Amino acid sequence: MRSAFIKSLTALAAADERIMLLTGDLGFGVVESFAERFPQRFINVGVAEQNMTGVAAGLALSGKTVFTYSIGNFPTLRCLEQIRNDVCYHNADVKIVSVGGGFAYGPLGASHHATEDIAIIRALPNMTVVAPGDPLETQKATAAVAEQPGPAYLRLGRAGEPPVHTGECDFSIGKAIQLMDGGDITLISTGGMLHDTVAAAGILERHGIHVRVLSMHTIRPLDEEAVLAAAHETSAILTIEEHSIVGGLGGAIAEVLAERADGPVAFKRLGLPSQFTSIVGTQRFLKDAYSLSAAGIAEAAVKILAAAPLTVDSCTA
Amino acid sequence: MHTVSPEHSEFNAQLADFARLIRRDSLEMIHRARSSHLGSCFSIAELLAVLYGRILRIDPQCPDWPDRDRFILSKGHACAALYSALATKEFFPRSWLDNFYQNGSKLPGHATHSVPGVEISTGSLGHGLSIACGMALAAKINAQPFRVFVLLSDGECDEGSVWEAILLAAHHRLDNLVAIIDYNKIQSLGGNREVLDLAPFPEKWRACRWSVREVDGHNLNEIEEALRRVPFNSGAPSCLIANTVKGRGVSFMENRLLWHYRAPDDEEFSRALAELSAK
Repeated sequence: MRSAFIKSLTALAAADERIMLLTGDLGFGVVESFAERFPQRFINVGVAEQNMTGVAAGLALSGKTVFTYSIGNFPTLRCLEQIRNDVCYHNADVKIVSVGGGFAYGPLGASHHATEDIAIIRALPNMTVVAPGDPLETQKATAAVAEQPGPAYLRLGRAGEPPVHTGECDFSIGKAIQLMDGGDITLISTGGMLHDTVAAAGILERHGIHVRVLSMHTIRPLDEEAVLAAAHETSAILTIEEHSIVGGLGGAIAEVLAERADGPVAFKRLGLPSQFTSIVGTQRFLKDAYSLSAAGIAEAAVKILAAAPLTVDSCTA
Repeated sequence: MHTVSPEHSEFNAQLADFARLIRRDSLEMIHRARSSHLGSCFSIAELLAVLYGRILRIDPQCPDWPDRDRFILSKGHACAALYSALATKEFFPRSWLDNFYQNGSKLPGHATHSVPGVEISTGSLGHGLSIACGMALAAKINAQPFRVFVLLSDGECDEGSVWEAILLAAHHRLDNLVAIIDYNKIQSLGGNREVLDLAPFPEKWRACRWSVREVDGHNLNEIEEALRRVPFNSGAPSCLIANTVKGRGVSFMENRLLWHYRAPDDEEFSRALAELSAK
């Protein structure tokens, strides 16, 4: 995803001279193409995320469109108050980019696990939160946040995420992308969980369970209509995120269902417990350990359907 | 442009009147509102009078003029003094000062950008210098002539983010950036020396490759003479350390930590007003 991001940003910057890229001394092998092409518009501020964010706000309030770049929690939690006061309060045109959402830096340990960022950043006024599901969504999300004035958070995976969309995808901020349709259960994924989610849908279909799959790449503003349609038209909703179940995608959808859904719908948040993991391992290893795999998602879907208020014939598997 | 020399006594009397008005307004606003930070307002009265009276290239009729000088009050808690200066410059009606900090007011208790003339909202310390760096960088990139002035408190320099910004400003040779420090030596719970010693303070800025000057922060001539000479050295950001007295102008408030917090009662208000009016 990071290479899709930088490629997209470099192309955008060629057409829009307001675009700048700031990094907190990270992005080896990523940011060079931008830096070489636009040396005047690239600033490595050093290992100083608070200053990076304040500088970005100052540049943005002087007419620039500024991307701040770092990994994990560094561009978000380290400088949270600068994001709140300097960027969001002034509605400054700053886009925060974090590479390494979830367990992407798995073996590096808890300091590098970005597992609460969505919950925290989506609480901020004026903020748009986007976690694209594959490289194509990343490319389109980068363009979309650049075009839309005001603060945004772009939560990326790392490298090597497989493409999920085979052809074009219709991407717009705040609008879920439906990849499959079925009436039994809706799987709603955000960020890099999309690939496993689609694979899980394949498993379920083979067991006769008909699945709707939504890529909920935008968590704020949330596509509430897509959520309500899923509640109305399918028997159960399972949210899938490489993030704590507290306050992230599942939390945001629970808020909508609790306040706006017409009738009962079976609902489950699949994500990480609100804990620091003691397990050491790769992203794949850690995701598997928390059922964030195709098999884990399929299993959770079957369980929730068994408890669904309107049991459908097909979900006896 | 000004045609009178700074030494002209009548000319400087106007500036002294401006500083006195800032103190009077701050006293009345904080007394009425039962709010805080009077000592912090008093220590920057001359700095604001010189900036708004002589230095800043701004147009109250056109607050968003792209080439205006930027001023950031990073110590946003001293906003009563800033609001007084802005009202005096006619960015907004003086009547707005009357219900500062009170229910439904247009003027909140920290500097807020919804107020005409307030460039940046502040209130949490350690933010202003970074934003100022971004603005100064933008001026360089765009080849715009504006300067960026940012007024920090000394206690604020405890914040690590200030030192991140100090490094960046020097690295990028931001000679269109001026940091002014209200060095009154008193912070929230005590003197700088007791809480977290900043000394040797000017040397720290110099070591970070800023060009530094020190002035008596209540001497209008010294402040103006220094600010007319920015950048102190081309190719380096400028730091003006203004040696000030917290609570300056009212004898029983000077150098007293209490007046970081206390709103004067009616009797104290009258005594303070009498002292300010006598000068």
